[in-house]
Amino acid sequence: MMFHVEQSAYYDVIIVGGGHAGTEAAAASARRGARTALLTFDRTMIGAMSCNPAIGGIGKGHLVREVDALDGLIGRACDASAIHYRMLNRSKGPAVWGPRIQADRQCYAKAIARLLSELENLTIVEGSAESLVTHRGEVSGVKLECGRTLQSRAVVLATGTFLGAQMFRGIERTIGGRLGERSATRLGEQLRGLNLPMGRLKTGTPPRLDGRTIDWSRLARQPSDVDAWTMSPLGARKRAQVACAITRTNEQTHDAIRAGMETSPLLSGEISGAGPRYCPSIEDKVARFGDRDGHQIFLEPEGLDTHLIYPNGLSTSLSSETQAALLRTIPGLESAAIAVAGYAVEYDYIDPRALDHTLALEALPGLYCAGQINGTTGYEEAAAQGLVAGANAAAHACDLDPVRIERDQAYIGVMIDDLVLQGASEPYRMLTARAEHRLYLRSDNAATRLSDWGVRFGLIGARRAHWWAARRNALELVRDTGIGAKDLIDEVTVDSKYAPYVARLESEQRALKSSDEVPLAADIPWHAIAGLSTEMIERLNFARPKTIGDARRVRGVTPAALAALLITAKQRRG
Amino acid sequence: MTCQPLPRPRYAVVRKLFDNAGALLDTALVLWMPGPSTATGEDLVELHLHGGRAVVAGVEAALASLEGLEPAEAGAFTRRAFENGRIDLSQVEGLADLLVAETARQRVAALAMSEGGLRRAVEGWQVRLLDLCARVEASIDHDDEDDVVSGPIDADAAALIFDMTAVLASPPAERLRDGVRVAVAGPPNAGKSSLINVLAGRDAAIVSPVAGTTRDIIEIPVIVGDLPMVLTDTAGLRSDSDDPVEQIGIGRARGAITRCDVLVWLGQDSPPVAPCVLTVSAKCDIDAPHPADHVVSVVTGEGITALRAAIIEAAAEQLPVVGSLSLSLSQRTLLIETIAALRHLAGQTDDLLHAEWLRLARQQLNRITGAAGTEEMLDRLFGRFCIGK
Repeated sequence: MMFHVEQSAYYDVIIVGGGHAGTEAAAASARRGARTALLTFDRTMIGAMSCNPAIGGIGKGHLVREVDALDGLIGRACDASAIHYRMLNRSKGPAVWGPRIQADRQCYAKAIARLLSELENLTIVEGSAESLVTHRGEVSGVKLECGRTLQSRAVVLATGTFLGAQMFRGIERTIGGRLGERSATRLGEQLRGLNLPMGRLKTGTPPRLDGRTIDWSRLARQPSDVDAWTMSPLGARKRAQVACAITRTNEQTHDAIRAGMETSPLLSGEISGAGPRYCPSIEDKVARFGDRDGHQIFLEPEGLDTHLIYPNGLSTSLSSETQAALLRTIPGLESAAIAVAGYAVEYDYIDPRALDHTLALEALPGLYCAGQINGTTGYEEAAAQGLVAGANAAAHACDLDPVRIERDQAYIGVMIDDLVLQGASEPYRMLTARAEHRLYLRSDNAATRLSDWGVRFGLIGARRAHWWAARRNALELVRDTGIGAKDLIDEVTVDSKYAPYVARLESEQRALKSSDEVPLAADIPWHAIAGLSTEMIERLNFARPKTIGDARRVRGVTPAALAALLITAKQRRG
Repeated sequence: MTCQPLPRPRYAVVRKLFDNAGALLDTALVLWMPGPSTATGEDLVELHLHGGRAVVAGVEAALASLEGLEPAEAGAFTRRAFENGRIDLSQVEGLADLLVAETARQRVAALAMSEGGLRRAVEGWQVRLLDLCARVEASIDHDDEDDVVSGPIDADAAALIFDMTAVLASPPAERLRDGVRVAVAGPPNAGKSSLINVLAGRDAAIVSPVAGTTRDIIEIPVIVGDLPMVLTDTAGLRSDSDDPVEQIGIGRARGAITRCDVLVWLGQDSPPVAPCVLTVSAKCDIDAPHPADHVVSVVTGEGITALRAAIIEAAAEQLPVVGSLSLSLSQRTLLIETIAALRHLAGQTDDLLHAEWLRLARQQLNRITGAAGTEEMLDRLFGRFCIGK
C-alpha cells in the first residue's frame, strides 16, 4: 500500500469512503487484482465505528462470518480488537446462533488499517470527492474538491450517511454525517441530478457516558463468554475481556422523556426520514409502547484505554438537557456524566431498486454503491455489500466474471436480493427471518458454503485458501469416519439434524426453477399486463425484475399476477 | 369461402359456404364481429352450420386449408381473452362459476366468491398465522432485545387448526357447480328406471319388465326445486348373475352408490351406507308395499310429490349453505396441507422448526389468495413487540 506518493492518478477502481463498506470494497477489489484507490476525507478515520462498538449478533453475525469466509477484513479485525465475546441465541437451534463481539474502537480501526496495508494494488488517497466524472455515459473517475481528478473505469460509492446529512439534537441542527466531520453534499446534489430514485432515512445514537461516573456495584453484570470461540477461524482472542452491565428505564425516566418531547425533532416533524423499527429511539419506544414500565439498557465499554460507555438502548435526539435529566432517573446512572450527547442523523439514500444484483447502478455503467447509501444500517450489512460492490467494480474494470451471490447461498445474497427487489422503506437490517434457507445458512458453516466459490472468483488469498484446503479434507474425514475436531463434528451433526428440512426446501426450489428462470425483457410494459393492480405495477416498475423468479419475490405480487407475467413473457418470446 | 364481402358487423346473415374446389358445403348463418370489443378481444367470425357431422367436417377441412387458421385447443378462447386483457385472472374462477351457474343458489355462491367471501376468511387466517410467525420470529431474532415475551403458541395454533377444519367439513363448492349426486339403486326390476324418468321429467332411461334392463349407470343432470342434481340410474343389484356384462354393470352401480350424496334405495334389504338414505317401496299399484320411508307408484303418481320433496330436502343439506364458505377442490387441498403443517408444531421443541413449519403453512395458505411475505410478518412483529436496544 502506498501512503504518501501516488504512482499515478489512474486506477481500475476508486472507492469513495473509508468506512466498513468502503474498506471491504477496496480490499475485495484489490484481492481480485484491480489497481484500487481508497478515497477518504481523513485517513485516520479509516475503519471508524461511528455508532455502537459492537459487531455481529443474530443475522449480523452470519454476515460477518460470510464476509470472513470470502477473505474479507471484518472478522479478523473483530478478533484483533474484541474485548467481549457473546454467542447470542445459544438456547436456540444452532442455525440461529449469533456470534457478537464488542470491540475496542481504536484497536479495531488499527486492525483494519493493518489488514489494508497488507494488500497489494491498494492506494489510500486522502481527499474529498467533489463529483463523479463521466465519459460517454460511463463513469471515468472522481473529481476531488482540491481540483484534482482521479481516473478510473469503475467507482464504488460507500459514503455512508455523508450524503446530504443533517444532525438533530433537540432544536440544534448541524450539517454533517458524523460528529466533527464534513458532509459530502455536492456529490449528493449530483446524484439527485441523475434522476435516481432517492429518499431520506434516519438513524440515531445514544449519549456516550463517562464510565467513572457510573455506579457499577448496583448493576447486573454480563461477562464475556468463557469458551474461546472467535469471529474468524484465522483469528484469535487478543485483548483482555471486560464485562457489560444491564440497567432499566422506569416511570420516572419516561416522565422525563415526555417532559422533553416538545423539543424533539421527531415529534415536530422536522425529521422526515423513516427510522429503523428495530432500533427505535427511547422517545419512540415511550411514545409507541407507553404501557411498558421500563426498557433494558446495556452498558457497553468502548475500549480498554477509554472510560467511554455506550448505553445501548438509549438512542435519542432529545435536547442535551433532557438527556441529562432522564439519566438521573436510571439506576446506576444517577450521577453519570455525558461525554458526548446523543443525536439523530437524517441522510440521503439511493433507492436500492435502482441497482442490480451486482450492486451496479444501472443508470450509470461503472458506478457501484454499498452500505448506508443503499438504505441499510449496520457495519455488517455495509461490509457485506462492500465486498460484493468492490468485487464487481473490479470485474467491470478488469473484465472479470461478475459476482452474484444467491439467496440459497448466503445471507449476503438474501440481503442484496431484498434490497434490489423490495427497496428499503426503513434502514435495512439483516434478520434471520428474512432467510428462507435459514436452516442451512448458519454462521458455523460459512466457510463450507462459500470458500470454493470465493476461490473461483479470485476473492480468497493464499493463507485462507491453504486453511480451507485443510479444513475441507478434515470435514470429509468427519463425514466418513466421525472422527475429527469438535467444531467439525458439530458442523456435520447440525447438517444431519436439519437435512430433511433442507432437502424439502431444495425440492421446492427445483419445482420453481423452470418458471423462475424465464427471463423478463427490460422493456416489458408492466401497466399493459392484464390482472396487475396499480400497486403491483408500481413495485415492478421500481424493482425491474429480470426473471420470473425475481418477480415472484417482489412484495405483493400474487400467484395470479405471476401467471400473467409468465404468459406475457412467453408470448413476447414467441 | 362465401365468395361475398364481409357482412355488417354484428348482424346475422345467411351465406352459402363453399370448399376450395367450389363445391357447396352448407347454407349457414354467419356473424362477423371485429375486435377489440369481442369476447377474446380479437376479430371473431361465427358460422352457425346445420348439424350433420359431414357438414361440420367438410367446413372444418375447408377452414383448415386457409392459411393462419388452426383448430382451438381446450381453453384457447379463455386464454386469448385473458392475454388480450378482456378478463382479469382474479375474476376467472368466480366468473367461470357464474357463467355455468344454472340455479339461483349457484349464482349467489358465485357472486359471493367474486365478492371475496373466501378471500376474507383466508385473510383472517393469514393474519392469525402471521401473528404466530411473528411471535416465533421475535423470539429467534430479538431474544436479546428489550422485552420480547412471546409465550407458547400451541393454544393459538390449535384454535387456528380447529377453525380451518370446520370450514373444511362444509360441503365442497363442486357440489354446487356439478350437482348433488342422487343415486337410485336396489335389486333388479324394482322400478328404478321408471322412478328416474318420473323424477327427471323425461324418458331418459329404458324401462322394460325384463330384469337387468339397465346395464350401465346413467347420469342425468337435472334441476329439481332450484337445486342442481345428477340423478344416477344403476343396474339392479344381485349376486346370482352369470352375465359378465351385467356383472360389470353391478360393479359400476356399487361404485355409484359409494360416490353418491343421496341414496334412493328401492330394496327390501337394509340399504348400503351413504351420507343420506331414503328408502322407497315402488310399484305400490301392483305389489304389496314393504316397510319404507316412501311408498310410491309411478303409474298412479301416489307418493311421488312427497318423495320429490324429501329428495330436495336431503340434497339441500349436501350443498353449501347460501352465503357460507365453500372451497374448491384445489383450495381444499391447500388448506389440508396448511393444517398438516400446523399439526407438526405440537411436540416440537426447536424454535427454528416451529418457524419452518409455520413458514410452510404460510406458503400453502398464500397460494389460495396470494402472498403475504416476510415484510407482512415483520410488520406484525414490530407492531406487537417493543424491539431494539
